[in-house]
Amino acid sequence: MIQFERVSKRFGSWTAVDTVSFTVDEGEFRVLIGPSGSGKSTVLRMINRLIPADGGAIRIDGEDIVSLKPEELRRRMGYVIQSVGLFPHWTVERNIATVPALLGWPKPRIRDRVTELLEMLNLDPRRYRGAYPHQLSGGQQQRVGVARALAAEPRILLMDEPFSALDPITRASLQSELSAIRHRTGTTVVFVTHDMDEALRLADRIAVMDHGRMIQCATPLEILTRPASPLVRDLVGREEWGLKRLAVETAGDRARRQERLGGIALPVETPLHRALSEMVARGTERLPVVDGDGRPAGVLHLSDLVRSMPDDAAGGQAGGRA
Amino acid sequence: MTGMAGMSPRDWLTDRLMLGMVALVALVLGMPSLKPLFAALYPGLDRPLYEADSFVRLTLDHMALVGGSSLAAILIGTGAGIAVTRPWGREFRGLLETVATMGQTFPPVAVLALAVPVIGFGPEPALIALTLYALLPVVENTVAGLEGVAPAVLDAARGLGMGPAEVLFRVELPLAAPVILAGVRTAVIINVGTAAIASTVGAKTLGLPIIVGLNGSNQAYVIQGALIVAALAVVIDAGFDRLAGWLTRWSNA
Amino acid sequence: MTLHRGLSGTVVHNRVALLMAVAAVAGALLPFLGFAPNRLLSGRPVPLWAAVQTVADIGALLPGLVLLGTPFLRPTRAALGLTVVAGALLAAALVWLAGEQAARLAAGASPAARTSFASGFWVMAAAGLLAAVDGARRMGLGTAGRLAVGGSVAALVAALLASGHLDHLSLLKEYANRRDVFADAVLRHVLLVAAALVPTLLVGVPLGVAAHRRAAIGRAVFPVLNVVQTVPSIALFGLLMAPLAALGALLPGAGISGVGPLPAVIALTLYSLLPIVRNTAVGLEGVPAGVREAARGMGLTPGQIFLRVDLPLALPVFLSGLRVTLVQAVGLAAVAALIGAGGLGAIMFQGLFANALDLVLLGAVPVILLAVAADALLSIGIAAAARGAGGRTAHHAPNQPPSQPPNQPGDVQARSAQ
Repeated sequence: MIQFERVSKRFGSWTAVDTVSFTVDEGEFRVLIGPSGSGKSTVLRMINRLIPADGGAIRIDGEDIVSLKPEELRRRMGYVIQSVGLFPHWTVERNIATVPALLGWPKPRIRDRVTELLEMLNLDPRRYRGAYPHQLSGGQQQRVGVARALAAEPRILLMDEPFSALDPITRASLQSELSAIRHRTGTTVVFVTHDMDEALRLADRIAVMDHGRMIQCATPLEILTRPASPLVRDLVGREEWGLKRLAVETAGDRARRQERLGGIALPVETPLHRALSEMVARGTERLPVVDGDGRPAGVLHLSDLVRSMPDDAAGGQAGGRA
Repeated sequence: MTGMAGMSPRDWLTDRLMLGMVALVALVLGMPSLKPLFAALYPGLDRPLYEADSFVRLTLDHMALVGGSSLAAILIGTGAGIAVTRPWGREFRGLLETVATMGQTFPPVAVLALAVPVIGFGPEPALIALTLYALLPVVENTVAGLEGVAPAVLDAARGLGMGPAEVLFRVELPLAAPVILAGVRTAVIINVGTAAIASTVGAKTLGLPIIVGLNGSNQAYVIQGALIVAALAVVIDAGFDRLAGWLTRWSNA
Repeated sequence: MTLHRGLSGTVVHNRVALLMAVAAVAGALLPFLGFAPNRLLSGRPVPLWAAVQTVADIGALLPGLVLLGTPFLRPTRAALGLTVVAGALLAAALVWLAGEQAARLAAGASPAARTSFASGFWVMAAAGLLAAVDGARRMGLGTAGRLAVGGSVAALVAALLASGHLDHLSLLKEYANRRDVFADAVLRHVLLVAAALVPTLLVGVPLGVAAHRRAAIGRAVFPVLNVVQTVPSIALFGLLMAPLAALGALLPGAGISGVGPLPAVIALTLYSLLPIVRNTAVGLEGVPAGVREAARGMGLTPGQIFLRVDLPLALPVFLSGLRVTLVQAVGLAAVAALIGAGGLGAIMFQGLFANALDLVLLGAVPVILLAVAADALLSIGIAAAARGAGGRTAHHAPNQPPSQPPNQPGDVQARSAQ
């Protein structure tokens, strides 16, 4: 658990972060989003003390981070940045082993861990273990960057626009790998981005920042449907609002549980915008839904997709104005 | 870049460092046996071979002067370069860089000559002048090399939990090493030449046969000294070439 | 700017200025001048306080007092400007004071007596100049501003020299004894450099263009020039002697000799080629392909593209090559005195061989001044050319442009072989 209590940071006369308080729960995926200069990266970098806070307190599991040596604190967290920052003179293996080596893990354990991480991030260990960073593509480099951050099994992962420099396809695959990894390991993630689609896709909760203040902190659904300010509405964007709205719910959420239908079924976790796409592609208004074990879980109707939820009132306006 | 291990006999024959080393050793040890050749080339000379000091002695003294001054310059220069790239020393960086840049416009031979009025004759002024001069490229390149390390790499290193010393020794210095080495190479090559001229301020180096030969119109002496100094410089330069390849071997993988 | 609390509670705003102030104080405690009955005996030290005798003398030290205060000023433009002026004036004032005291010492001594600068003078003058340099840098003065500061100190000292105020200093006495030789030596030195520059440019620029257009030429030329640059100058002079002497014997009457200016000019040219060829090639390589493409698209002929696009854009880099060449050649020409080429090096080596230290200074100091002047002159040219090339900076990277991988032609090191 990460707690910010009235934390501030000034650089000269400029206030980067202005008395911000929030809590990130254990295992939560928290996205910080905002325009550039909003203070989101500063907040992230204060968590591992790369930037010292001027005022207020930051606690991890109730312990003030000032009571720890910065290096010790950082070794307990993963850190991934947009420009990756792999050590160019070290092999992939040695890069990934950075923190375990600093922590003095025995060699065989490090080696096994590197193999495990390379496989987890879809990099063939035999091929890439001994490669140097300049031999890898941008996407592969960031895979190694993520592996390096996860190496010492940190309970917190800090990510500063990790996928912003990647092409859309690579970005999407890394996003789903990250999702899978964090669900498997239960790692708490604090993730900075300026891309709302990415935020909506990954986050448990989204914190929107502007001018050093946290102006809204809510679930993706709430951000879409009840934006706290015009800025949040702008960040969400008016284009394709309906599809974004659909994307934050799944087929399982809206399926009629008692109904049954034959044909190729959708998994319950399919986002609704995909389900809509599927209906258009198949020229149908109803699709069967199955759960994780392949058992029928109901039928999704086109009319259920356009049926608005009670909490959609505000967001519906936003969409309507587009 | 060919590694030092696994060279075929053919590589050995075409390797600049190996060939240069063989030539240098042959020249230094075999110069006395070339006496008949010089006697034939310069029949007018009573003494066709420089024999006041052995070439082995002169070569060793020359290398000691260059090595000593370069080592001192590397220690002080990289130290100063590291100091002014740390947060507590950053204020002095501009001054140090300015001094290093301006100082390099001073011709080394003039710096050597100026050391005499200040310190006197002998090997000491040569050692001090060579050290001072060698400092400049070392400092300049140390600062440039350390500043050239990508900010993202430093951010990642700190973010992963490396302390200042670990960042410096595991990341910054290895990455700056090729640039620092280029400065050291410049310094050493200049010093090989300046050390030869240092024979005029009383240091016994390979320049001595040349100076004696020039003053006494003995061309044989001049050639003997010049050949060995030139071979020494080429060998050292080739050595640095090899070292530079080794330091950046990761970038050629 | 960070504040550093130190010095018993006072606030130091500029630690560089503090260092210079401390150095200046230390320099004030060292011997200011040396006074010897004649040029062979070693002198007795003259401390600074013994040299300060009149109100004017005290006035001369005023810039020094101001300098002591500058570390404690907030680094505003005005405070930094004050540092620059105080530092520069201190250096000039110390020269004036040295001349003043030398005249006083000469009044009661034999004509053979010598007064020379001692460590205290050098330390204080260096502290003043460095404080000025650092202040100018912090103010963000450009090339022109910095040269103006340096130029004004030089002008002040030149005025003192011209007025005869410094005539009793040993260096000037030495100069007075060798006025004609000195003028000849300076001229000869400049001519040696100029004589080498002509063939260097005639060969080097076309070679650089060729190396840029055909990589094979670069691969053939750069290793050779590199090795030449590696060979110490004294060795190259020596190695040129024998073949030239042999040639002279074959062609009597052609005026070819193993000693004198000819081998010097040949060696200087060989050394000068590398920076010129390399920077011509690197400068041309730095011209963005898109710019050239656009010029071709607009219908410029290859000749027009070279003259109107390539040349102006490559000029700053070329000029920094010329700067390296000139600075290096000034130093190499001094070494050439050993093979009888004359010039300022002849005075310097004559002093070294005869243990006449003032003579060494009379040769070495002008060599340094010539090199610094060449550097300053070319800096102005580079700054102007860079403005003309739309702010393309001719970056100063004498020992290795780090942006380029090793072992490339563009990566050849500019090192002055001495």
